[in-house]
Amino acid sequence: MTGTFYINNEEKILTFEGGDILLNTLRKNGYSEVKNGCHEGECGACMILLDGMPVNSCKIFTAAVIEKKITTVGGLGSIHEPHLIQKAFVEMGAVQCGYCTPAFVLTTHALLNSKPLPTDEEIKDALDGILCRCTGYVKIIDAVKLAAQKINAHE
Amino acid sequence: MNNYRTIGRSVEKSDALALATGSSLFTDDHRLNDCLPVKILRSPHAHARIINIDVREALSMPGVVDIITHKEIKKKYYTTAGQGYPEPSPYDTLLFDDVVRYVGDFVAMVAAETAEQAEEAIRKIKIEYEVLSPVFDPEKALEPGAAVIHDKEEFHPIPVPYKPKENIAAEVKFAVGDFQKGLEEADFVVEETYNSDYASHACIEPHVAASYFDDTGRLVIITATQVPFHARRIVSQVLDYPLKKIRVIKPRIGGGFGAKQEVLLEPYVALFTLRTKRAVKLIYERKEEFQSGRQRHPMQVKLKMGVKNNGEITALSMDNLMNTGAYGSHALTVLSNSGSKTLPLLNKIKNIDFRGRSVYTNLPVGGAYRGYGATQAYFAINQHIDMICRRTGQDMLEYIKQWHIKPGETSDVFKALGEGKEGVEQVVNSCKLDECIDRGAELIDWYKKRGQKTETRPDFFRGVGMAVSMQGSGIPMIDMAAAYMKMNDDGSFNLDIGATDIGTGSDTILAQIAAEVLDVETENIMVLSSDTDRTPFDVGAYASSTTYVSGGAVKKCAEKIKEQILNVASGILDAKPGQLKLAAGKVVDTKNNKHCTLEEIAMNSLYGSGLTQIQAEASHFVEQSPPPFIAQFAEVEVDKKTGKIRMVKFVSAVDCGQAINPKLAEGQIEGAAVNGITYALFEGFHFTAKGQMTNASFWDYKIWRSNDLPEMETVIIPSDEKSGPFGAKSVGEIGINCPAPAIANAVFDAVGVRLTSMPFTPEKLYKLINHE
Ligand code: FES
Repeated sequence: MTGTFYINNEEKILTFEGGDILLNTLRKNGYSEVKNGCHEGECGACMILLDGMPVNSCKIFTAAVIEKKITTVGGLGSIHEPHLIQKAFVEMGAVQCGYCTPAFVLTTHALLNSKPLPTDEEIKDALDGILCRCTGYVKIIDAVKLAAQKINAHE
Repeated sequence: MNNYRTIGRSVEKSDALALATGSSLFTDDHRLNDCLPVKILRSPHAHARIINIDVREALSMPGVVDIITHKEIKKKYYTTAGQGYPEPSPYDTLLFDDVVRYVGDFVAMVAAETAEQAEEAIRKIKIEYEVLSPVFDPEKALEPGAAVIHDKEEFHPIPVPYKPKENIAAEVKFAVGDFQKGLEEADFVVEETYNSDYASHACIEPHVAASYFDDTGRLVIITATQVPFHARRIVSQVLDYPLKKIRVIKPRIGGGFGAKQEVLLEPYVALFTLRTKRAVKLIYERKEEFQSGRQRHPMQVKLKMGVKNNGEITALSMDNLMNTGAYGSHALTVLSNSGSKTLPLLNKIKNIDFRGRSVYTNLPVGGAYRGYGATQAYFAINQHIDMICRRTGQDMLEYIKQWHIKPGETSDVFKALGEGKEGVEQVVNSCKLDECIDRGAELIDWYKKRGQKTETRPDFFRGVGMAVSMQGSGIPMIDMAAAYMKMNDDGSFNLDIGATDIGTGSDTILAQIAAEVLDVETENIMVLSSDTDRTPFDVGAYASSTTYVSGGAVKKCAEKIKEQILNVASGILDAKPGQLKLAAGKVVDTKNNKHCTLEEIAMNSLYGSGLTQIQAEASHFVEQSPPPFIAQFAEVEVDKKTGKIRMVKFVSAVDCGQAINPKLAEGQIEGAAVNGITYALFEGFHFTAKGQMTNASFWDYKIWRSNDLPEMETVIIPSDEKSGPFGAKSVGEIGINCPAPAIANAVFDAVGVRLTSMPFTPEKLYKLINHE
């Protein structure tokens, strides 16, 4: 079957099977920044924003999100024009292997949209859907704080 | 303080922005034409013989291209341990065997046009098993009459004790002084048995490898590996395929921690590509990662110390029984490291008896894991120290300061115990452990909180504990790394290194080392790493070697480049090289301040009178393995009603020499500390009575999330390791060693019971508190 999706602000018509999982559909179509870590909905590496809300794409049927707005980390910023959140992650040393980073960046984006200056507790709670084995989260939390500052200073 | 341009500065990690914007390519992100996914049929039995295997129906299924079982392969024993050659691990593994030795062992693999078709075909493979009696308990495995797990032509490639008929995969013994005599001098004896469990590395990127023939007909393997050069060698060896026809590329890697120091998937994808001439990809599912990846070896440590009333340890015996699971990957070296990386720390002990045995069982396979045996042994040693101090009434901090190894000192253990052979004598050059202890104590508020048993609310008690450890920096006289550099038209440099960045940031810190020598900004060094065709050799990312060993190679290489630059500049400036100085992207004549830029030098060498490529290579091996040191402190709150431990605060103070990039070094410690905390608190494998793992998913195998985090503080105490590049030592492993003993000591401080078995589940602690 085919369906229209609004991925990273572009209209895309994708072909897929009825039982296909969104994570696989996105990766097949070149969105390799959406990572596969467990296929069980636990690690969060496959996080995307669905109409602005962070969700695990490994737990969603592609057919269920036709016509929806999907944002991957590539939709926030590119290596040539990075988003302030991405810059903050780099600056704070929050990226080690980077396999979890797209998910954390997207979740930070969603968090800062609803809470421009989150407390430490709010940050920890918002990020708790994603596993990171490299950083111990310390620098990721710092990066979210820095991103909030950067964005607020910018606005 | 040294006046460095880039060393000691937290320059941004060179691949971080590509990773944060999603443009980096990991193994699975490479799009290969007509790529066949591979699925694995795994043993449902812990121990069985395959009597018959019939793949005819499966082969006729739609989309199925190839199926491999033990019938299709030549029997060639090897080890999956990605170590130097000859590997100090037994050759006890076949690609496929007619005996399966743990639940999850390989039986067959299917390559099909789609993953679904491969899975469908797997269901159609008919197998007849003769179920053999399994053995799960390492102590029982040693008993006469126990099922023998390896009884064929398995062998050890190096001359070390290997007794598969007794289920012994490795045995290590050494003695220093006279243990019995030491024991007689003691006033009291402290004796305890400590147990640690299996643990998964839980890299968020699972094991994955892909292979294909390139346009020239050479076999290319893209793989999530810590050891690309060992992977190339082992694939060639197992498949009898010429090494020169194999190219191994390591792209970005989603975490290693030792898991990927294993040549696990590469031979299989390569074999399928050789047979089908197609591109092939194999990715572990999370469940496979748990049951059939590689794990931390569970270890039983029996520790006995004879102690004088003043606290002096007159005798120490350590008897370690390590469960290596169904295969002996790293069985010898993890075991020897449990002694060699721990016992030198208390180097005043004159009488030591060490025995270690690695035992086969029908359980998941052990492997390299950050800390590499030291972690399991430090769990024991640090609790023993706490017990001694409590018994003699000494402050643990002062006690450790008195007895730990100091600069200028050595330990007999360095020489006695190496990697499958004798060790290498060495004297400690740098050690700031005292400062680490002091700083850590300040941050945790040791003297105010220790021994208070503060009841914060009814039944909730607080305590503080600490632990110390050392590690090494590479494997002396064994590890080798090489680097190549060339200068480009604009005065920038390519740095090609075999070293393997698995997410640690080694590409960045190695660039910093080159940039420092050449006095340029790090961004002028473009790093290409870990491609067996394009970069020189490096043993890979393990044994805390990269900064120290690979860094040494890069420094030498950059120094050669510097010399060539000065030579070319001497022609341009008409001055003797000896009076020239390289500074801030220029070469300056110190006599008259005339100067030329690096770009002018490069252009002159390439197109002007020079007509030579400024380029250099260097290899480096090390004669010692200077230990980094760490002191880690835990504050916990114990709920006496439930046995639940809550982490209140965790502090790490580390001496890793000169940190090349402090943020990246802190990141190593923070990540390792959190991994170590969850290892202590709840990581562990659960099995059915038949050896089937029952918690093989992130739902049931918990690791910490951001909202579990207590207050964390990490400080780097600089020291200057003269033998290291710009004073650096290693930092990758050490942070995982002390969380478990520090927490156990803190729990004792809070509620007076001793946790000798990991993980510290509420049930265990509850029972201890209630004397059940
Ligand atoms: S940076 Fe590696 S998993 Fe988060």
